[in-house]
Amino acid sequence: MNISLTINGKSYSHDVEPRLLLIHFLRDVAGLTGTHMGCETSLCGACTVELNRKAIKSCTMFAVQANGAEIVTVEGLANDGKLDPVQEAFWNEHGLQCGFCTPGMIMASKQIIDRNAAPSEEEIRHGLEGNVCRCTGYQHIVNAVKAAAAGAGK
Amino acid sequence: MATTTTKTETFVGKRIRRREDPRLITGTATYVEDIQMPGMHYAVILRSPHAAARIRSIDTKKAENATGVACVFTGKDTKGVGVVPCGIAMPDLRVPQHNILATDRVYFVGHPVAVVVARDRYLARDAADLIEVDYEVLPAVADPEKALAKGAPAVHPQWPDNIAFTYHQDGGNVDKAFAEADVVAKQRIVSQRLVPMAMETRGVVAEWRGADRQLNLYTSTQIPHLVRTLVAGMLGLEENRMRVIAPEVGGGFGSKLNVYAEEALMGFVSMRIQKPVKWIESRRENFTCTIHGRGHVDYYEIAAKRDGTILGIKLKLIQDVGAYHQLLTPLIPQLSVLMMPGLYNTQNIRADIVGVFTNCVPTDAYRGAGRPEATHGIERMVDILAAELKLDPAEIRLKNFVAKDKFPYSTATGLMYDSGDYSTPLKKALDLVGYVKLRQEQADLRKQGKYMGIGISTYGEICAIGPSPATPAGGWESATVKIEPTGKVTILTGACPHGQGEETTFAQIAADELGVGLDDILVVRGDTAIVQYGIGTFGSRATAVGGTALYYALEDLKAKIKKFGAMLLESDDVTLAGGQVVCNKTGKSKTFQEIAGASYRALKLPPNTEPGLVATRFWEPPNFTFPFGAHIVVTDIDDETGQIQVRRYVAVDDCGNILNPLIVDGQVHGGVAQGLGQALWEQAVYDDNGQLITGELMDYALPRAHLMPWIESHHTCTPSPVNPLGVKGVGEAGTIGCSPAVVNSVVDALSPLGVRHIDMPLTPEKIWKLLAKKN
Repeated sequence: MNISLTINGKSYSHDVEPRLLLIHFLRDVAGLTGTHMGCETSLCGACTVELNRKAIKSCTMFAVQANGAEIVTVEGLANDGKLDPVQEAFWNEHGLQCGFCTPGMIMASKQIIDRNAAPSEEEIRHGLEGNVCRCTGYQHIVNAVKAAAAGAGK
Repeated sequence: MATTTTKTETFVGKRIRRREDPRLITGTATYVEDIQMPGMHYAVILRSPHAAARIRSIDTKKAENATGVACVFTGKDTKGVGVVPCGIAMPDLRVPQHNILATDRVYFVGHPVAVVVARDRYLARDAADLIEVDYEVLPAVADPEKALAKGAPAVHPQWPDNIAFTYHQDGGNVDKAFAEADVVAKQRIVSQRLVPMAMETRGVVAEWRGADRQLNLYTSTQIPHLVRTLVAGMLGLEENRMRVIAPEVGGGFGSKLNVYAEEALMGFVSMRIQKPVKWIESRRENFTCTIHGRGHVDYYEIAAKRDGTILGIKLKLIQDVGAYHQLLTPLIPQLSVLMMPGLYNTQNIRADIVGVFTNCVPTDAYRGAGRPEATHGIERMVDILAAELKLDPAEIRLKNFVAKDKFPYSTATGLMYDSGDYSTPLKKALDLVGYVKLRQEQADLRKQGKYMGIGISTYGEICAIGPSPATPAGGWESATVKIEPTGKVTILTGACPHGQGEETTFAQIAADELGVGLDDILVVRGDTAIVQYGIGTFGSRATAVGGTALYYALEDLKAKIKKFGAMLLESDDVTLAGGQVVCNKTGKSKTFQEIAGASYRALKLPPNTEPGLVATRFWEPPNFTFPFGAHIVVTDIDDETGQIQVRRYVAVDDCGNILNPLIVDGQVHGGVAQGLGQALWEQAVYDDNGQLITGELMDYALPRAHLMPWIESHHTCTPSPVNPLGVKGVGEAGTIGCSPAVVNSVVDALSPLGVRHIDMPLTPEKIWKLLAKKN
């Protein structure tokens, strides 16, 4: 099947098998390997990307379902070498260790701030329920989201 | 040309954000799965659905003829490949032959049976479904105590008693201690099997370059050099013809401190098909086929005087081995025995380990590796003892700690604790949590029928692993420092850090020693073709051992820089500071960069000095280090649902000198999360047929953001005398300190109901049942 979609502002049009997962389209067809496969069952969130401005898990969606969609991946956040405030906050607050969950975590965090400019700690923690990090114990991630929200609100 | 910045600013001890992060936060880091090569093929492994079965036949014809399939291999094809190695030698150790693919029998669910290689991952998976294996299912045993019972199915038919090894250790006079005791407390304590669950599953890319007789192996590992030595051996390759690259590694926690069948298998496949091949472990495979941690059943006895003085400890430790020994499997419970006295001054111990084969995936090192089990045991026993003697759990600990003036302290288990001050972190934690007030509050709540608990754990650990005689491979670590002609500094570390932040902390050490900026330094790791032989990152060792190797390499170079500086300044009286060599008499100076350039240009050399500024050191530590600390957990129990709410988590950790507090905090938080995971949620559950019923994230409960309490992380500082940096290690501290504090807290909360012990995980169901019995 032929699908056309926009990823990080760039148009892609490809013939794909109907069973091709969106994450494999992103990684193997578009060559954007920042989005990671962590569990294949939408339980860990490492594959989180933004699809039509909503955070979704790209491991349990077919590429054909994203036909016509606008997708943003972690590679699309920094602008002209300037990091997105959420990326910057993850860096400043040590919100990552091995980094494998980080792209999905950053995309989920962006969504939290997009929906709620001043999330409380509890709201942040609940917003991150679907994203697993095995390294940080989440505390520095919570700090990062708080810092990013505070910065964005300035 | 960029110049090397010379600085008087120092970096060690500061909260400096990590230098490895830009690639990770932008999604541009390269993990194994991100590697693409022309002509690359994809492997899918067919695995046993049965825990125990004889393989009558395997028919691979349909799979071989399927679209896109290059080849299918079974155990018959890989007979020439060496066995998966066990790195531990001990008397009477029974080592089953661990082939990379099953031959005539399978021993656990997930046992690799065949490998399918195709040009596309989807096609490879399709073809794997076409392989027909005729199994004769056999009885299995998944519980180590059941496996020891008479008449249990034999995991390996040649050893009907299922005993994999035994180990005995005696210290002091334990019989006398128990004879003289006023009280002996006994308890069976389980440290359940856990799934390490690194976020990145394992993965391998093998690239055989036939014309060069060269195998490049990209693998998600904590130990690339050891993988090279051992996998080259399995494949019959000369070691210098093999290059192992650990690219970005997405977490290990011990699960990648190993040599796995798939690493050799992919090498074998690539050599056979003369093409690069990639295998990425699925999450289901990660649960069923990557090592598990813990898996203890411990029978403790602790002897004491009426005043709480601990006289001796006995331990019968049953270790669930699984079906095979992986690299370090039999070593892990021995670490528990070494750590068995904890922080307490008792010279009488007796331990008996029995390692038991079960039809499960092998156990091996998982964050803490033996020490969390030991700490859980001793810290639970001390609380049980305190309860029996009606003593305060803080008081009984303070009474029994090894005193501050007794270090270095020889333990009953043969260790020499390097330095310690055990009461200070406990007293600090008690102050921070407001212990006295909390006890009053608890008394008030109890009158209202409410359950609130205060749990203390004071832990010690064996870190900076370790002196070579005490480790299965070398226990040293290596570092090379290259100061390039432009004055830029490249550090090659053998420690292969993978998330622990040494690209930053090592740069901090070097920047301070050389007096240059952090941006002038690059830390390189994880490639055996670039980095000198090294051991790896595990056992909280990378900074304490690898950082020390770096420190000594820097000392060598500083001496050489001074020699060149003295020559250029024509003076013997010079000082190296702030990135310059200064003549103490004239005040004239030469910059770091001028000296580096002169050392390579070599127009003139100091006497007996070679050109260039490169130094390599392999540092052998004289001892382990022994961090310690106190964790206090306050819990509130919902008596209607059995839900445990962690109200406060106070951690006071002493890991010696701290190079970067931001990174140390992160290590403590992550460690605590894994400890809390074990205490409250996680458990690898096999049913009686050996099926892993918690074999996916849907069924295996992990700590998630909304479940984690706020961790109040504090420190005391007792530098280690073992290394010149005074560091001890902190990677495992949180995990080791955590679980007994949580269980002690919940048992304390429920003690009015007569509850004296609860095995982990403390699920709401378990707690609710305890509450329901009394209501």
